[in-house]
Amino acid sequence: MTTPVSGSVPILRLGDVLVTGLLNELDDKTAVAFTEELTSRITADGARGVLIDISRLEIVDSFVARTLMELTTMARLLGARVIVAGMRPPVAITLVELGLQLTGVETALNAEQGMAAMGWRQSPQPSGGGLGEFHPEH
Amino acid sequence: MSSTRNTDHAVALAPSGRAADRHALMDRTVHHVRTEEDLLTVRHAVRAATLRAGFSIVDQTRVVTAASELARNAYIHGGGGTVTIDQLTTGGNAGLRLTVQDDGPGILDTDAALADGFTTGVGLGHGLGGARRLMNDFELHTGPGQGTTVIATRWAGR
Repeated sequence: MTTPVSGSVPILRLGDVLVTGLLNELDDKTAVAFTEELTSRITADGARGVLIDISRLEIVDSFVARTLMELTTMARLLGARVIVAGMRPPVAITLVELGLQLTGVETALNAEQGMAAMGWRQSPQPSGGGLGEFHPEH
Repeated sequence: MSSTRNTDHAVALAPSGRAADRHALMDRTVHHVRTEEDLLTVRHAVRAATLRAGFSIVDQTRVVTAASELARNAYIHGGGGTVTIDQLTTGGNAGLRLTVQDDGPGILDTDAALADGFTTGVGLGHGLGGARRLMNDFELHTGPGQGTTVIATRWAGR
């Protein structure tokens, strides 16, 4: 278990997917530390996917947008697919007005749908406990 | 000194206080931007002001995002500065005016600086032009060696 960097949530591994998120108070130092930690975890854990939950973010300015775009590119260069999940509707409106479309960044409505896109599905059995089950599709 | 604006309002209260004052100034707070932590303080203060002004959640998000862009510009390009948050009212309509001032090198080419994709810093080059689109009124006062002042206002429900 890696020590979480302040401003980010811990990076969890579910199968070959890393699950993490961003907190509201992302500053330059935190962004750099988070980028370094996430890229090294992709390599160390052999991750093929990364889910970044941003549902806590009250705003996404050009700095945070740049961080997300760079993370996506770096992960892709390492062979991992990034899905950014849970953007709040006012944030989406503001981002477009700001002129930022997060080009190249794959998104999902929420973490659950993001995980489904990575090949995870909610277990159909009611006795399953509900956390989900890995169904590799490749 | 070059200036640019997209506004259909008189300047409510220029820093000199000379301009016609058509808006009542309800409250004013001034915040220094010297460190990255100050950027967060400014965001919190602007968020609180948008709540007091009764802004919708989308307008809150627009104004806080614009404030974040402008304060970051002052921090990175201007070597720090101040953010003044003015709570305005005119004819029962609430507004919020941000005045972001720095004593940095100023901007040589304001048209280029307002164009998307222009950057001399670490961002995406959407900060200034993007902040202008997020606000109703926007004035940019700058020139080489004269620092930069941005005065941007958003009105509730407009």
